[in-house]
Amino acid sequence: MKRGIKVFALLVGIVLLMAVVTGCGSGKNNQQSEEGQVQSGGSEGSITAVGSSALQPLVEEAAKQFMTDNPKTQIVVQGGGSGTGLSQVSSGASDIGNSDVFAEEKLKAEEASQLVDHKVCVVGMAAVVNPDVRVDNVTQQQLIDIFTGKITNWKELGGADVKIQLVNRPSSSGTRATFKAIALKGAEEAKGIEQDSSGTVRKIISETPGAIGYLALSYLDGSVTPLKLDGIEPTKENIINGKYPVWAYEHMYTKGDATGLAKEFLDYMLSDDVQKSLVVDLGYIPSTEMQIERDVQGNVTPK
Amino acid sequence: MKKRLFYDKAGHGVTMLCAAFVIILTISIIYYIGSKGLSTFFSNEVSLWEFLFSDQWRPDRSPGEGGPQVGSLAFIIGSISVTLLSVAISAPLGVIVAVFIVEIAPGWGQRLLQPAVELLAGIPSVVYGYIGLSLLVPVIRSLFGGGGFSMMAGFLVLSIMILPTIISVSTDTLRAQPVEWKHASYALGATRWQTIRMAIIPAARSGLITAVVLGMARAFGEALAVQMVIGNTREIPTSILSPIMTLTSAITMDMGATVQGSIWNSALWSMGLLLLLMSLFFIMIVRCVVRRGAV
Amino acid sequence: MDAKLKNNLATITFWVGAGLVMLILGTLLGYIFYHGLKSIDWQFITAPPETVRAGGGIGPQIFNSFYILFLTMMISIPIGLLAGIYLAEYAGRSQLAEGVRIAIETLTSLPSIVVGLFGLLVFVNATGWGYSIMSGALALTVFNLPFLVRVSEESIRGVSRELVEGSLALGATHWETIWRIIVPCAFPSLITGIIITSGRVFGEAAALLYTAGMSSPPLDFSNWNIFSPTSPLNPFRPAETLAVHIWKVNSEGLIPDLRRVADGSAAILVLVVLSFNFGARWLGRLIQKRLTAV
Repeated sequence: MKRGIKVFALLVGIVLLMAVVTGCGSGKNNQQSEEGQVQSGGSEGSITAVGSSALQPLVEEAAKQFMTDNPKTQIVVQGGGSGTGLSQVSSGASDIGNSDVFAEEKLKAEEASQLVDHKVCVVGMAAVVNPDVRVDNVTQQQLIDIFTGKITNWKELGGADVKIQLVNRPSSSGTRATFKAIALKGAEEAKGIEQDSSGTVRKIISETPGAIGYLALSYLDGSVTPLKLDGIEPTKENIINGKYPVWAYEHMYTKGDATGLAKEFLDYMLSDDVQKSLVVDLGYIPSTEMQIERDVQGNVTPK
Repeated sequence: MKKRLFYDKAGHGVTMLCAAFVIILTISIIYYIGSKGLSTFFSNEVSLWEFLFSDQWRPDRSPGEGGPQVGSLAFIIGSISVTLLSVAISAPLGVIVAVFIVEIAPGWGQRLLQPAVELLAGIPSVVYGYIGLSLLVPVIRSLFGGGGFSMMAGFLVLSIMILPTIISVSTDTLRAQPVEWKHASYALGATRWQTIRMAIIPAARSGLITAVVLGMARAFGEALAVQMVIGNTREIPTSILSPIMTLTSAITMDMGATVQGSIWNSALWSMGLLLLLMSLFFIMIVRCVVRRGAV
Repeated sequence: MDAKLKNNLATITFWVGAGLVMLILGTLLGYIFYHGLKSIDWQFITAPPETVRAGGGIGPQIFNSFYILFLTMMISIPIGLLAGIYLAEYAGRSQLAEGVRIAIETLTSLPSIVVGLFGLLVFVNATGWGYSIMSGALALTVFNLPFLVRVSEESIRGVSRELVEGSLALGATHWETIWRIIVPCAFPSLITGIIITSGRVFGEAAALLYTAGMSSPPLDFSNWNIFSPTSPLNPFRPAETLAVHIWKVNSEGLIPDLRRVADGSAAILVLVVLSFNFGARWLGRLIQKRLTAV
């Protein structure tokens, strides 16, 4: 009988202790992050980078390496989506906001104007099809007709006699925003299956006869056929020299100019250590190598 | 002595506080979700009519093109249809199994089925979703064609998920019925089936309805398992093989990608509010049924 | 004759229905373990996950799941138990008790994604903790509380009244009776109930997506300083649990061995929940024996 009470008393004790500890913990935590922001120049302190799940792997890996080189620093990387990243950096809740799209496209103009953009890499995208459709090249107009539902069978493009199955991305995805704006010139797509995940999109396209969708180049593995656009192959080289147009920047935003640890980390992101190894390993294109630039309105200029 | 009496009073007070805390928590959930969910209609000035009855979902359109539009009809229909279909399968099956456990099962059947139902209830919803994605979707694709990701995959997964709820609540109800009716029925020479149909089920009717409504509530609010298998296409479904979108999967997929305060984000909160109101509605049904049954 | 035939048909239907449920369960468990156990080894259970390469593990995720479960229980058991005691012992048919019952029913049927949204508003944004273990644990407390209150109330109502009346007759106050007689007697069924709800908490994902977050920062398991961001024990770091991980690798996975990781994670998740379920019964019976033998 007695034992039960003792156990319970112990539990209650632990709870109280936890409450005290977490109370102190949160106080201490705030202090730490403030310290991190006050710190400048010295490689210690802690920052958070929140946002795009597409960019998360790159930033996570880079943060791991950075922390190995600077053991006193702490970089917390979180996903949660581009919208979350932009909201958090603009409200000051995080030091860096990762986004697949320009801040101007999501935030109000006055909020976006306070943010400073760091374009850390470029992601290329290709329309991909199930290998059995026997089509590997389309003109941009044909691509628009396919996605708007005007062309419904691959034989209209000289391929196999199978119905076209559209596989879309959710309207909130950065990949879709880019593909729609650039490859489809802003045309509204017909409805198709919508999948959040690039891996699932690839799987569906490789298993479904007549399927077409679009993927970041890093997901191409031979199980699906990437389509040439007006005869131009979606390769890293063609994106760098500006021949192939379907690509987007990956952005890391800070509120005002980056200072202290955030600046050091962003400089590291743009240094050769990251650009020449990690960025390439993950299937992205180094933004430092790009020979052209694009602004938020989509105007392309030579760099 | 004084100290003991003080403890007695204090104990009463503390337990009461904890009980009151549960109420406060519930009210604050309703308040917070409500205030966020209503901002679509007050600060973003979307009409309630458009939100509920328009299927034009184009939250990313610029104002120049006549956007953003946040008609959620396709999601609402998706949620309702997938829920009703799953209940259509689970309600009869659940009641059958519950009657089996209480009236028919020999000892070993009961010893086997009761834990089985608990295990079904214990399997986490992501695991249901994952099995649906890796086992059920390919099966549907090869049997019926199409992409496999479909309303059908959704309601099959859901029907298995809500089965334990329906079975366990029904079992409790059936066990609580007085035995006299049953004995009287047998004494009149009725077969077991007649007894079940004429005496046992009608007597337990309100409890069985409660079981089904609770199952329905669970199906309506399930998020991840459904999101993984329904294909998530934002349009009104035309057949059970078409991919659909539900309120829960819209929230899951877009919440992180939208910016606080934008119309798009507010619309997602409104969907959350709609889910909350639906669960309150289900609770009201249950309470009405029970009260009517008691009279 | 007709009635007999119908009766036999009905009996067959009932047997088929029951058989179907067993078949479904068998298929599910068979599928999970057949695929999952192949991919589980020591390295998989302990190694950190990989973001792009094959061969990652789920060590931090397993730890996060247990840690969040622990914190959730620390917060929700006291509140749940005390509220349960109130309902069973003090409330009677008062207005407050009726209110609590309505609240519990509402919370029980609340979709977990809505609990997650509430957590995002209150624990993540309003407190400024961001995605963190604490936010996740508090969201799960909301999710778990109604079940715990119900479990406590039922366990306490199950205690024999003779004991209670005996205690009161000997001059113990109501409060003393509750702590010395009722709670100890209800202990076995309390423990069983608590462990079974633990299983539900362990497998919950929707409420955690936007509270505990979907990322697992690198952890240093030799670092026990609770305030350090790399410490596994720091309650203010983001933490992806096993259940969330299954969802995430399926929806955003870059890794080539996605199937292996998802299969293995699902098997471990189900194994833990099953062992909670069986363990609860076994422990309940054991405590029952110990207590009644004294």
